[in-house]
Amino acid sequence: MKHRTFFWFIFPSALAMILFIALPVVSVFIQSLHVEHEQVLRTVENCGPFGCEEETIVDREATRELREAQPLGRFAGLSNYTDRNHLAFAELASMWERSDSFADFTRRAMTLPFWRALAFTLTFTFVVTPFVLVLGLAIALGVNALPRIFRGPTIFVSLLPMIVTPLIGSLVLYWMVDSRGVLGATLQVLLNDPGLSLRASPTLTWIMLIVYGIWSSAPFAFIVFYAGLQTVPEEPLEAAMIDGASRWQRIRYVVIPHLMPLAVFITLMQLMDNFRVFEPIVGFQAQASATSLSYNIFNYLRGDSAQFGAAATTSMLTIFGVIVLLTPVLIRTWRDFNRKRN
Amino acid sequence: MAAKQRRSALLVTVSTGLVLLWVVVASFPFLWTLWGSFKVQADFFSLADWRNALRGTFTTAQTGSAFTGQGYHGAWVQEEFWRAAMNTFIVVFSVVIISLTFGTLGGYALARSGFRYTFWLLMIALVFRAMPHITLVSGYLLPFFQWNVWGHLPTAIIVLVAINQPFTLWMLHSFFLNIPKDLDESAMVDGCTRFQAFRHVIVPVMWPGVITTGLFSFLLAYNDFAVTAMLLSQQNQTMVPKIASFLGSTQVEGNVMFAVAAVVSATAPLFVLILFFQRQIVSGLTAGAVKG
Repeated sequence: MKHRTFFWFIFPSALAMILFIALPVVSVFIQSLHVEHEQVLRTVENCGPFGCEEETIVDREATRELREAQPLGRFAGLSNYTDRNHLAFAELASMWERSDSFADFTRRAMTLPFWRALAFTLTFTFVVTPFVLVLGLAIALGVNALPRIFRGPTIFVSLLPMIVTPLIGSLVLYWMVDSRGVLGATLQVLLNDPGLSLRASPTLTWIMLIVYGIWSSAPFAFIVFYAGLQTVPEEPLEAAMIDGASRWQRIRYVVIPHLMPLAVFITLMQLMDNFRVFEPIVGFQAQASATSLSYNIFNYLRGDSAQFGAAATTSMLTIFGVIVLLTPVLIRTWRDFNRKRN
Repeated sequence: MAAKQRRSALLVTVSTGLVLLWVVVASFPFLWTLWGSFKVQADFFSLADWRNALRGTFTTAQTGSAFTGQGYHGAWVQEEFWRAAMNTFIVVFSVVIISLTFGTLGGYALARSGFRYTFWLLMIALVFRAMPHITLVSGYLLPFFQWNVWGHLPTAIIVLVAINQPFTLWMLHSFFLNIPKDLDESAMVDGCTRFQAFRHVIVPVMWPGVITTGLFSFLLAYNDFAVTAMLLSQQNQTMVPKIASFLGSTQVEGNVMFAVAAVVSATAPLFVLILFFQRQIVSGLTAGAVKG
């Protein structure tokens, strides 16, 4: 295809992506170098019958004017990145000196918003992804062994948790595990602890969010693996059977190698999707015990006094995280692409 | 032989049991919420005894029958959920149409051009695809306030189209790779321009891929929370942010049931979607995987 034709075909799509993805990233970067104007203070003299007093008040009018004139705020360089709400190097250093053990240090570091969110985001990503792979494969093998008429309905039901709006899915589960909901109440009876509330304990909240993550993503792995199972070649399976391989050995040495590329694909998709975990925290109202990077950005942006600088800085750090996460994939694809060309 | 049979019987039991368990885990929450949406709050969130939700003790006491449509009435009429439903329809419909139009052109170009820059475009699209949507939203807000375009439906639509593009491009790109090159190239030999070849030869055969991609564009637009919650004003809210705003006032008796009813209402279209397009959704999920 000629360069010119290519250009016109790709133009609408590329324009949309440049205007609403690439430029916003630039805008985010610029915003991350600025902080909001501080309120303009003015000293006034209040004279009453008992003499005069000097008083400092907020000049609302001047503050508003200044903020309107320069909506970006004032230039702050990289200070947004190093402040307490983000990388917090100074705070970390002083915590390191003051803490007597590593556990103590971790506990203190968990009070810093960025590190707290990063800890949850990474835990969520790297716990949910393997569970999704294993559970998805198990269900796929199970469904594959079912009589044909049951397979369609099983797939139908399985698609529900994945397709449903994340916020809605998490609300549906949240209402059930609420201490007055059906699962929450059942757990209270089973564990004989009437005060049990999943939301009250940070550990239980994390587990609850991770369970939601597995519940909503396992169908994806299941469907992909199930489709892969339909294309497992017959010959090696028969050869393995003749050679006396048990069912487990056949799965281990024939089926799983065949599914390996699919597993890589699922892992890639899951890493990308789990890294931006956000809606469940809103749905489960879990912000007291667990925040994610995306949630932090959301939190900075909403409300009357949006902190654009802080939101932009967290966004930049998140984008950096995404790129780190994707680098191995990009390198691998680059090699494949070159091998195909040559 | 006998030993083998017994082992396989055990295996079948275990694997069938697992599938059964999964089916319950996947569907029970939805069935329970559907059932509960016809009850009053005291039953669905029962302090005394969870069986109240089944028997509807309080629902009977308060309304005179075991089922009530109060939640639905509250959500749709009192809180004007119909307005949000209409906005959702406008947004989703426009997003699907626009992103498919852009996506088919772009995807076709990417599939037919063998130059090195197509690879880089696809890689950039992959990175864009991985970016959390909320990070982009933090870049939109200030400029949109400045230009006075914040809060309107068209703004949210074009933003969702753009966010959708990387995925749409990837998917349609792999569908077009499957359509033999000879088809449009022979049309060009016969004197068609590239666009005429696309229009008369490719368009008639591309519909299965476009429908599948359209389903996923639909899901992205329908399920979005980050963009619509931050970019739409109160009266232009779509369903998902509207449900989130119900939660803000949970303390008021009965309001939780509005949210439950709204959640069930918003799930219904998705249910219908799977009912009719299960095969396309499954093939779409695996399309990226099989071709790598």
